[in-house]
Amino acid sequence: MERNAIAIVGASETTELGKVPTMSQVQLHADAALNAIEDAGLKLSDIDGVATGGHNAVEIAHYLGIVPNWLDGTSVGGCSFMLLVRHACAAIDGGLCNTVLITHGESGRSGLGRHGSSIFPSLFQQQFERPYGVTRPPTMFTIPVLRYMKDYGLSEETLAMVSVVQREWAGKNPKASFKDPITVDEVLNSKMICYPFRLLMCCLVTDGGGALILTKADLARDLRQKPVYIRGTGESAETPMISQMADFTSSAAFRVSGKNAFESAGISHSDVDHLMIYDAFAHLPIYGLEDLGFVGRGEAGPFIAEGCTRPGAKLPLNTNGGGLSYMHSGMYGMYALQEGVRQMRGTAPAQVNGAEISVVHGVGGMFSASGTIVMTNVA
Amino acid sequence: MANGERELPRPTPETQHFWDGTRKGELRFQCCEDCKNTYFPPRHFCPSCGSKNVNVVKASGKATLHSYIISHLPAPGFQTPYAIAIAKLEEGPTMMCNILGCEQTPEALIIDMPLSVTFERINDEITLPQFKPMGTN
Ligand SMILES: [Zn+2]
Repeated sequence: MERNAIAIVGASETTELGKVPTMSQVQLHADAALNAIEDAGLKLSDIDGVATGGHNAVEIAHYLGIVPNWLDGTSVGGCSFMLLVRHACAAIDGGLCNTVLITHGESGRSGLGRHGSSIFPSLFQQQFERPYGVTRPPTMFTIPVLRYMKDYGLSEETLAMVSVVQREWAGKNPKASFKDPITVDEVLNSKMICYPFRLLMCCLVTDGGGALILTKADLARDLRQKPVYIRGTGESAETPMISQMADFTSSAAFRVSGKNAFESAGISHSDVDHLMIYDAFAHLPIYGLEDLGFVGRGEAGPFIAEGCTRPGAKLPLNTNGGGLSYMHSGMYGMYALQEGVRQMRGTAPAQVNGAEISVVHGVGGMFSASGTIVMTNVA
Repeated sequence: MANGERELPRPTPETQHFWDGTRKGELRFQCCEDCKNTYFPPRHFCPSCGSKNVNVVKASGKATLHSYIISHLPAPGFQTPYAIAIAKLEEGPTMMCNILGCEQTPEALIIDMPLSVTFERINDEITLPQFKPMGTN
């Protein structure tokens, strides 16, 4: 597909984020969708493609009163929205539809109108993992880290610095759930969740949603917002079981998704002005920086701890405060994409001046799947 | 704190031989005759080359502690804190397990320490493969 052929022309989060006891999950989808349509200056009747993850796409289309020409319900966890952006680009480019609405809504905290898991159950996980006491994500996602720490000498203090630096970004974002600065000692003395992970190394649990609208770039120029072009994309998957990850220090899904995104965009790492790496837990940015190739193996912890990703540094990372401090309803990928769009529009609370290329990288499940989007504001 | 029953495996046609094995005190992998890959979890073909020419083989049960966490979150059938670990078998595959006969502390659970398989009988149908520090009972 040609670079920059498709653009994001509408983008919004839900009217409220955090604790939203007045909306069930489907209404969070719809609230974000209507906000994004308004943002784009479009009408509901302009939408002819509907996509969502973690919720029945038919229910979203019906709730919004849309009988679509194209539908996608790819649901592989929090990066589903990166995959849906990629699939939407292909669908629009291939003439299957003209204008796609991608929605996310999740009553992660209040649990209103939420039915079951957002990821399909795995046959093998039921037999070979669940009997050993894995329950919620902190009991699975964290398992590879002691292997990484031994192989590369990553200390608990350096791991804690990921949370400290992201809180610096959150301090610049009025909508962040947590804004007060924290120290390494505070992170390490916060409640033990799953050794070596303390509470402040784990993401928030909130209510919220977000939506994106994509259409052909030549139509985008006549719309209300500055177009944000999709320059390159990637996706991949490795395993539904954390115990079967081939290398506990590196994600195969990250490597494949990232490589495809960079190659299709025709960019190198030095071209990247702004980076989002889905941070459900503090080790995710470390794995992401290495698997995307920004630094060598074992170098990402010190890279973050030395301040290379903090406000004002050369590689601004997770500028909204991330899942650790900003917002995490369960499937955080949509919020990472929203921050990428804000940075490319020049409207982010912690705006990176002059940023022209943003890379937004997501994880789904427990290193199960991955999606990567390269955005730009330069056609 | 224990609360409720732990979730038990529900064997399927592809995995029945594995669960028959654990009931008899055997850890069973599969080995591909064509590419010599030893693999887990079970299936009717080799995930490395696609060959259906595969045999069930008895594993040595010798492993090392590849990684783990110590969970402080409540889980049905478990007393917190408890370790959820990954055993790396000498034949190559990795498996999730608990570490039995051992303090559930970072001081006692040393990455790369040698482990051996042990079998935890749950009921007449299900016996779980588990691991313990090598040389302990
Ligand atoms: Zn084979």
